Amino acid sequence: MQTVKVNNQTHVVDVPGDMPLLWVLRDILKLTGTKFGCGIAQCGACTVHMDGQPIRSCVLPVGDVSGREITTIEAIGEQPLAQKVQRAWLDHEVAQCGYCQSGQIMSAVALLANNNRIDDHAIDQAMAGNICRCATYTRIRSAIQDVSESVGVWQP
Amino acid sequence: MSDNHLTQESASRRQFLKGSTAAMGGLMVGAWLPPFAPKSAAAAAVATQKGALGDRFAEGFGAFVRVGHDGRVAVISPKIEMGQGIHTGIAMMVAEELEVGLDQIDLQEAPPDADLYTDTLLQFQATGGSTSTRYTWEPLRRAGATARMLLVEAAASVWKVEAGQCQARDGQVLGPDGQALGYGKLVDLAATYPLPETVELKQPEAFRLIGTPAQRLDTPAKVNGEAKFTIDLDVPGMLITSARACPVYGGTVRQVSDRAARAIPGVKDVVVLENAVAVTATNTWACFEALKALDIEWDYGANRELNSARVGEKLHEASRRDGVVAAENGNIDQSLDTAATQFEAVYEQPFLSHSPLEPMTCVAHVQADGCDLWVGTQVPGLAQQTAASITGLSPEQIRIHNQWIGGAFGRRLDFDFITQAVQIASKVDYPVKLTWSREEDMTHDMYRPRYVDRMTAAIGDDGYPAGWRHRIAGGSIIARYLGGLPDNGVDFDAVEIAVDPVYHLDDLKVHYIREEPEVVPISWWRGVGVLRGIYAVECFIDELAHNAGIDPLTYRKTLLQHRPRVVAALERLAEQSNWGDPLPEGRGRGLAVGEVFGSVVATVVELSAVGDKGIRIDRLVTVVDCGLVTNPTSVKAQMEGGTLFGLSAALFNEIEIEQGQVQQENFHEYRQLRMGEAPSVEVDVMPSAEAPGGVGEAGTALIGPALVNAVHAAFGDRVRQLPLTRSGYYIV
Amino acid sequence: MRTLVYGLLAYLMTGAGMSLASEDAAMLEKGKYLAKAADCVACHTAPGKEPYAGGLAFELPFGTLYSPNITPDRETGIGGWSDEQFVKALQEGIGPEGDHYYPAFPYTSYTKMPREDILAIKAYLFSLDPVEQSAPENDIAFPFNQRWGLYFWNLLFLDEGRFEPDPDRSEDWNRGAYLVTGPGHCGECHTPRNLFQAMDSSERLAGADLGGWRAYNISGSDSHGIGTWTEEQLVNYFRQGYAEGLGVAGGPMAEVVDLSLRHLNDRDLRAIATYLKQTEPQATGLPRPTPLADTLAAPEQPGLGSKVFAEACASCHQWNGEGNQSPAATLAGLKTVHDPKARNLMGILMEGNPASSLPVNHRMPDFGTIYNDYELSALATFVLQHFGGLDAEVTPEQIRERQAAALH
Repeated sequence: MQTVKVNNQTHVVDVPGDMPLLWVLRDILKLTGTKFGCGIAQCGACTVHMDGQPIRSCVLPVGDVSGREITTIEAIGEQPLAQKVQRAWLDHEVAQCGYCQSGQIMSAVALLANNNRIDDHAIDQAMAGNICRCATYTRIRSAIQDVSESVGVWQP
Repeated sequence: MSDNHLTQESASRRQFLKGSTAAMGGLMVGAWLPPFAPKSAAAAAVATQKGALGDRFAEGFGAFVRVGHDGRVAVISPKIEMGQGIHTGIAMMVAEELEVGLDQIDLQEAPPDADLYTDTLLQFQATGGSTSTRYTWEPLRRAGATARMLLVEAAASVWKVEAGQCQARDGQVLGPDGQALGYGKLVDLAATYPLPETVELKQPEAFRLIGTPAQRLDTPAKVNGEAKFTIDLDVPGMLITSARACPVYGGTVRQVSDRAARAIPGVKDVVVLENAVAVTATNTWACFEALKALDIEWDYGANRELNSARVGEKLHEASRRDGVVAAENGNIDQSLDTAATQFEAVYEQPFLSHSPLEPMTCVAHVQADGCDLWVGTQVPGLAQQTAASITGLSPEQIRIHNQWIGGAFGRRLDFDFITQAVQIASKVDYPVKLTWSREEDMTHDMYRPRYVDRMTAAIGDDGYPAGWRHRIAGGSIIARYLGGLPDNGVDFDAVEIAVDPVYHLDDLKVHYIREEPEVVPISWWRGVGVLRGIYAVECFIDELAHNAGIDPLTYRKTLLQHRPRVVAALERLAEQSNWGDPLPEGRGRGLAVGEVFGSVVATVVELSAVGDKGIRIDRLVTVVDCGLVTNPTSVKAQMEGGTLFGLSAALFNEIEIEQGQVQQENFHEYRQLRMGEAPSVEVDVMPSAEAPGGVGEAGTALIGPALVNAVHAAFGDRVRQLPLTRSGYYIV
Repeated sequence: MRTLVYGLLAYLMTGAGMSLASEDAAMLEKGKYLAKAADCVACHTAPGKEPYAGGLAFELPFGTLYSPNITPDRETGIGGWSDEQFVKALQEGIGPEGDHYYPAFPYTSYTKMPREDILAIKAYLFSLDPVEQSAPENDIAFPFNQRWGLYFWNLLFLDEGRFEPDPDRSEDWNRGAYLVTGPGHCGECHTPRNLFQAMDSSERLAGADLGGWRAYNISGSDSHGIGTWTEEQLVNYFRQGYAEGLGVAGGPMAEVVDLSLRHLNDRDLRAIATYLKQTEPQATGLPRPTPLADTLAAPEQPGLGSKVFAEACASCHQWNGEGNQSPAATLAGLKTVHDPKARNLMGILMEGNPASSLPVNHRMPDFGTIYNDYELSALATFVLQHFGGLDAEVTPEQIRERQAAALH
């Protein structure tokens, strides 16, 4: 039995402790907004927040998660900053197929939440772990820049 | 949560359809089918009689546009949404003519039906080849306009006025004396009328939606985790399944020891197929772990000894042969004999994987009297056929529930994974969701073929070519996909662009030499034959320009005097990219142009040489004339994304084979362009009144040659073999 | 009465039988355990082939050596060997035909093992299914090692003789000493070689280079060895392949953990730790680093090394080197990021740590194919400067040399 706290709800799930959090979210808790892309932390589609930090849930054994706060794309919109990010994603019409965008948004929200100076280079670094095969990068950058400006952390 | 969601969705969808056709008697309007379609089918498609279509099509589909009693409009999309924004485009076309807002439209995926949904450009029901807007442009607008005319006629008859005195606006018909009736109130009456004989479509000046940027209908669900792709579905009683196929293409399973696999908690069944072993389990992780725990003895078959080097040798040998002639103008033999100089270059393009981020996945439920497939597929008709042939059911008993696609790039024009899902589902008595691991997806893709192009030009004293001989060696996708080549023995996809280059040439001879790689299956990849052809032709013309000492843009224009639309795009590109402005040492611009998928596209890459082999892309400018634009937002997104998709491949990607096995298994071996490497793409959409052209693959096709031409300009090094990393280049 | 006699007979027979069977079983268990401790499988298995059936190639500058089949197949394996022959092979390095083995086979350590332990291993090997598989003929002119597995050349320095317990030391220490110097053959990699390629007894366990990898100093030295590690940390390392902030097994050592150490019981692992901590301190090689403050942040200036780190590494290791989602991904405090020669750093970048027996948060993909020598050298330089605070630079040439070494 494993205990996980996801989106402010505590769940006790009957799975082995070595099962990656990703599959607990998707297959057990049915939170399918977090996506599977590679299974080796190289694409970022499975990004969720653990205590506010972006992590790749595909390589995080659920047994290591107890006592930590997990937030997924389904609940990130409860945070005002994340709402701004989601709005900017729509304003810039970022998504194409949309499959990677949960992970992109989770990485972007963490970047914005954890930094008080954001420039192009910071975007490159923070978003480098998230692959988008449709290559929506140009618009992701614009959307992040927009929110950075609106919250006063953009460094031109 | 998820299964409820799906159940509710299907239930409400069924209810909606059933209600609309039988009880509510909604209005159905089909588009005029293409001349190729059988007459009887055309008649069925446009039938307006209550129930007429409902009888024939179990789910009540049968047309493109349906108006419900609540006034909402269902648009049945013959094109699947895979990120290209086609659902929104199609909704705009219908909304424009039907005079409703985009927010009144609900999109439904069309079921497989060759009579109704055949794409006349592709000649079968499919989403691909950049044809979606080009094909739907006329019939979908016509469908909207027809529905509007019938609704107006109904209102006029209620008010006892002439139809000409009424007009449709925002989902209502307005009468001459201020009357107003919503569409929902008019559908029953309208559905009893015969279809109008002539339907007039709006002139572009009158468009209020088409041509203006629209928020895509599917994107709100894609920013909050609500969007459901096939991999996210959960149907009642379903288990997860995953499979491990023989690592060598063509190999089979000899025997399996599954004791360790079955011991993994959550594992239910081990299903042995001819060339693969599948495991079903309560969760995906258990499937993946169990597959690793299987001890499988393979019969590797005939391809065990093949490797990339051998495939390459065979292609190079083939490129020296004559093969079959795909095109011939003038007399290139004579030209070459008498030319002032000859110039030959050989270009090579690698096997490529599609690697969409959503791996191959399909939900299948096979029962005695029917089969349901929930799957994002570019080819619903083929999915239906494969399921029918495996299960022995009739095609009508196979219900395809098409889903949003998490990236396709041509991969889902194939249905091998659907076949596998149905095979597994046939052997168990519960629905299964097949999900491939990334490793399975990458090593069992159907790859973009490897090609070798050998081009030999006859150059005149002025440095311009009288013509060239173009030999193309590679495997045939057409032969695999359609089961054979046309009588002339030419794969018409493989010789695209080559047989009709934009440049004026007195003499041209194109040879197609089919050389199958055997070791991997090959298939469509974003850009298809156009990508292949543009790479060779645009690199070659660039080499000829440099050999002649003439500016490559000027050189091209000289050979394009008969193609004013292409010249216009080039001139626009020169302006947008500051082509004429001098660059400092170590910096260079490269160019490529083409008339592709019904659009004219021209791209410039400007880059700096950093150190020995480091590349910094400073600018990427692309100009597109794609005719009338439906949704500029989508055009821009497709041009940006398509260009960077092609850039990623041109820089990094190559699938290699050793001992018959694909060597690249995951993204740490098959590199993808990332945020910091992606230059901003300056997209310039030219105002144009031409018929709509495709944009989904246009950017992809142009970037490769523009990039290597820029590398030549900056480094002085002519790279003829993709990817660039093969020659030691890297992005700084 | 007859019944009683028969009953008694039956009892005796069964009892005797049982006792024989359980002795056999115990011997097999012991043999299997010692075979793990001696890591026989690592060298006697070719990639993708049956375990213990040999055929692993050791490529040398002057030819190739193949490990023999040690399954009980009579023709191609050791099925025909007597106890004497097997013991002689392990204790003296002499084959049944009287031929001398190349000391790639670590009989220089196995010689410490008593006859009964060696025969237990033999019993275990003889319990395996025979595999008919001939190793290719060795093709070697003059033996000289090039890669790690072959760092055992020792034609002249066999110190033949069994392990002798030290009565002044604890039982644990003695057990540890036996395992380390005997079956575990730790010194074969961790003790530097003298001019004659024999283990240099003056620098026992002080660390050595092998095939591009560095086997670190594992002597009891506080400043350079594992003296400051707690027994708990050492045992964790043996069991799971890392001790947070101290060391992560990579390359050949990862294989040792995977195939050998993690299979040993707690008591033995503790014994090994006890012994190692008390070995003679060798203050040579890389000093034990002081981890930098954990406030390291992503660099503000762009650079090729940090670009690659952002793409390939930061997801798991994080910019502060803390390894957000896995203690195994902690970089701070590792010798590997403080080694100016970047020996193990280059190795791990190119070869990764992909064993599927590892938990998902401990595996590392290899990045040797998608990044080239410029990118990898920039990455390695960045890691040394950022996490090690070093003023070191790794050149593309070093990467190419390391790549060439890995090809062997």
